Amino acid sequence: MEPILTINNLTKKFGHLTAVKDLSFTINKGNVYGILGPNGSGKSTTLGIVLNVVNKTSGGFHWFDGNTTTHDALKQVGAIIERPNFYPYMSAEQNLKLVCRIKGVDHSKIEEKLDIVGLLDRKDHKFRTYSLGMKQRLAIASALLNDPEILILDEPTNGLDPQGIHQIRQIIKEIAANGTTILLASHLLDEVEKVCSHVVVLRKGEKLYSGRVDEMINSHGFFELKTEKNDELLKLLKADSNFGKLKVEGDLITAFLNQPMSAPDFNQLMFDKGIVLSHLVKRKESLEEQFLQLTDNLN
Amino acid sequence: MLRLVKLELQKLWLNKVSRILIFISFLLPFTVLILSSIKINFFGFFTLELGELGIFNFPIIWHITTFFASYFKFFFAIVVVSMIGNEYSNKTLKQNLIDGLSKKEFILSKFYTIVFFSLCATLLIGVASFLIGLYYSSYTEASIIFREVEFLLAYFVKLVGFFSLCLFFGMLLKRSAFALGFLFITWILELIIYGLMEWKIDGDLPEKIFNFFPVQSMYKLIDQPIQRIVMTKFPEKTDIIYDYAVHWYEIAIVLGWSALFIFLSYRLLKKRDL
Repeated sequence: MEPILTINNLTKKFGHLTAVKDLSFTINKGNVYGILGPNGSGKSTTLGIVLNVVNKTSGGFHWFDGNTTTHDALKQVGAIIERPNFYPYMSAEQNLKLVCRIKGVDHSKIEEKLDIVGLLDRKDHKFRTYSLGMKQRLAIASALLNDPEILILDEPTNGLDPQGIHQIRQIIKEIAANGTTILLASHLLDEVEKVCSHVVVLRKGEKLYSGRVDEMINSHGFFELKTEKNDELLKLLKADSNFGKLKVEGDLITAFLNQPMSAPDFNQLMFDKGIVLSHLVKRKESLEEQFLQLTDNLN
Repeated sequence: MLRLVKLELQKLWLNKVSRILIFISFLLPFTVLILSSIKINFFGFFTLELGELGIFNFPIIWHITTFFASYFKFFFAIVVVSMIGNEYSNKTLKQNLIDGLSKKEFILSKFYTIVFFSLCATLLIGVASFLIGLYYSSYTEASIIFREVEFLLAYFVKLVGFFSLCLFFGMLLKRSAFALGFLFITWILELIIYGLMEWKIDGDLPEKIFNFFPVQSMYKLIDQPIQRIVMTKFPEKTDIIYDYAVHWYEIAIVLGWSALFIFLSYRLLKKRDL
């Protein structure tokens, strides 16, 4: 796999506060990555460092194969961090022309990219007249101008209304479908779950996990069960080494699996033991549950 | 280099306020110069023609025009300070860097623009003085016309130095109004220190030190020409003779300050987390 960004033992201190602690991970071409973490976990700082606006304290990072300088590499990167920042007195088109000048690309892409984000008919309007959703879409158009190898988005749906959030997600999915690598930082778990294939989980500047989203914790899922013979079922489950933790909420029993087991097999087993289930659902933890479990384990 | 200048010019030109200020800083000294050079008739009571005073004769015209034109630099100083302040307040500085401009290029694009503007201003004043001089001056030999043309160089260096100082204060304080205030404070502070030195130290040492201070060294590049005009009217009064020439070391001091301010601006930006 072709690496796009490699981070090695990166550390950033703001005075006494350590915002990023000994962080290492690699971003490979073609995947959609999420950086997940609560507010203040060092997501934006990490992105700021690799984008050359925040100075690192120690450690290192390199773009692509390590032979390009950060300055040159950034011309092949598209990034939006926090809020969309443009010159308020310039129109959308003028702002994008300026970005073209910085990146050293031709002006011909401007119309195409404005069309992707649906702002073509507003291109002559001044940036300050735009709504937040439109500003964010313009930022995406700007980040796409150089047909980047990787698109970095820091909380792209922050502060948007549901319609705006939906539009942005739709655009991100379309871009990802074209094979562009995406790195998405967010504290919204369902957002990462919906869009990303890989995830890096941060907490207080430390990496808790990096890898595929569906392999985040060693889990074989769990059964949600209801029956009239609650006590017998519980006794059975406790005796069975296939099951680990058990949770009882009212008449709902949740049994976590230690080993893989399918729902029909389990149903058959219970039936053989003389227990008839009135409710049987096999589920995997949602990203939110996984995330909380992961962060809880360290507390 | 052209790319960086174009970049900055686009930022300035599309901003209405800075466009107006640029116009003023170019046109106002020019208009004042033209107006003062024509004969004004005050309703038949008397006519005022500054040209008859001999101030538009070569070579003194170079001295006079550059001295008075340099006061209009304050308009462009506002532009310089706000072109940094706006980048901070719009957070476009951060976005520029993310888009692939290096911190060095960012400072250079501002500096090149300063040099470009100073060059334009110098050329404009140069051409205007030349034409007005040709019209009024009785001497038209090339050796006399171009005799004190070094005042143009001094004018150019003075502008570059002053705007570099503005750039540095802009980078340091991030806000236009604070930077302009600080500029004023620096000027006052220099005067106070000079006053204290005059009071405590005898001889011409205080003045020598004073001439090394940033704002004063820029002012000192082109000495005031009033005394010189008086000198030409009263050649017998030897006690008012003073040294008004542009010296190489005066230029060197200002160039030194300019280099320092640009370097410090870069260092400041490099160290800063945005």
